[in-house]
Amino acid sequence: MKIGVLALQGAFIEHQTVLEKLGVESVQVRLPEHLDGLDGLIIPGGESTTISKLAIAFGLMQPLREFAGEHAVWGTCAGAIFLSREVGRDQPVLGLMDITVRRNAFGRQVDSFETLLDVPALARVDAINPPFPAVFIRAPLIEKANGSAEVLAALPDGGIVAVQQGRWLATSFHPELSDDDRFHRYFLELAR
Amino acid sequence: MDQEKGTFKVKKGLAQMLKGGVIMDVVTPEHARIAEDAGAVAVMALERVPADIRAQGGVARMSDPELILKIMDAVTIPVMAKVRIGHFVEAQILEALGVDYIDESEVLTPADEEHHIYKHNFTVPFVCGARNLGEALRRIGEGAAMIRTKGEAGTGDVVEAVRHARAVMGEIRRLQNLPDEEVMAFAKQIGAPYELVLETRQLGRLPVVNFAAGGIATPADAALMMQLGMDGVFVGSGIFKSGDPARRAAAIVKAVTHYNEPKILAEISRNLGEPMVGRQISAIPEHELIAGRGW
Repeated sequence: MKIGVLALQGAFIEHQTVLEKLGVESVQVRLPEHLDGLDGLIIPGGESTTISKLAIAFGLMQPLREFAGEHAVWGTCAGAIFLSREVGRDQPVLGLMDITVRRNAFGRQVDSFETLLDVPALARVDAINPPFPAVFIRAPLIEKANGSAEVLAALPDGGIVAVQQGRWLATSFHPELSDDDRFHRYFLELAR
Repeated sequence: MDQEKGTFKVKKGLAQMLKGGVIMDVVTPEHARIAEDAGAVAVMALERVPADIRAQGGVARMSDPELILKIMDAVTIPVMAKVRIGHFVEAQILEALGVDYIDESEVLTPADEEHHIYKHNFTVPFVCGARNLGEALRRIGEGAAMIRTKGEAGTGDVVEAVRHARAVMGEIRRLQNLPDEEVMAFAKQIGAPYELVLETRQLGRLPVVNFAAGGIATPADAALMMQLGMDGVFVGSGIFKSGDPARRAAAIVKAVTHYNEPKILAEISRNLGEPMVGRQISAIPEHELIAGRGW
């Protein structure tokens, strides 16, 4: 199995480090031809405005949509924004997942936080399934999950922070910064 | 469940999200919007770019909070701002404003000639300049969650940034080749905390994100710093002191992504208009150099 990590900007190496520990080959994707032969794609955290501008400049928007039509794709933080259909402002997105996302929903950097999250779906990769240590950095909130998008995790106040729609995954936090590889293993199941 | 704010993981984490990106100096909300539109990952809000601080002289201080707030309102990307070395009250003020990162910067006139700010006390993360590994690890020891080269700000001459990047990377390579019994003496020699020296040796890189800064003026300069192993780039005077800031800014953003692709670099380097004029560092008298500030 070979997983691509969109490497236009952001924390792509952190995802590759987790994949390497899991014994999975990964490649950096910066141009459309880098998508050839991949079994899945991770869109990392970074600045969503920067990532979308670079994706447009280097002709990646349509190739990414076509790739996602046939493969598993996971967006973390900025990646989740990029996958969403609606961000409530004028910003280009892939528009794949039936979710409405609000950027910087928790405030500025001083409001960034760590917390423990219950994610029942992770029982698929870990029978004991303790709470997941989630890192939120200037994080977006998933305001609505429509159609076939199902909620995987929410904060105690009901705010949605992880969604799955078929083989697509969106998390507003950063599993690549936690010392816990369960979300990556969950994604690899979707990519198989 | 409880939410924990201001942890080192969260502070360092924002810098990790900025990697592979360009942070641009801006002095007005209009500049900030141009930077965001060009694809900047963050802006540094300040009253004067380093080239003007250099030209005008006088004491350079934290910017007017009013200006910083206007810039924060103008963009959705993170906003950074500078405080003088050791001026922890300027830092308290910036934290109260809600800026996303504080640069404890040698570009401003130092407020303390012996001590830097104790940065662990703050919820907001800090970035600090460093010329070598010892200086970088001392700053991380004080709580810096991100490091940048100092370069020689406001000159448009990349030579000092290259010197500082090569110094840090070279010392890390040397450290990795030392036998266990020589590591303590190495830590003593460079004046760095032993535990951080051990961590750096094990990681083969700094324990936090390391950007290039000081004198970067072209896409080629930015790509050079990336090929030397930096995680991203600050551009100060290089953008808004050039002939066509929007175009140059967008080109530098692309150069940082495709830093290893000479054909793409050639394409994006075309027709960018006049670069900033610049000053050759070797022609600047010693007492006017600012990279030496920091202890």
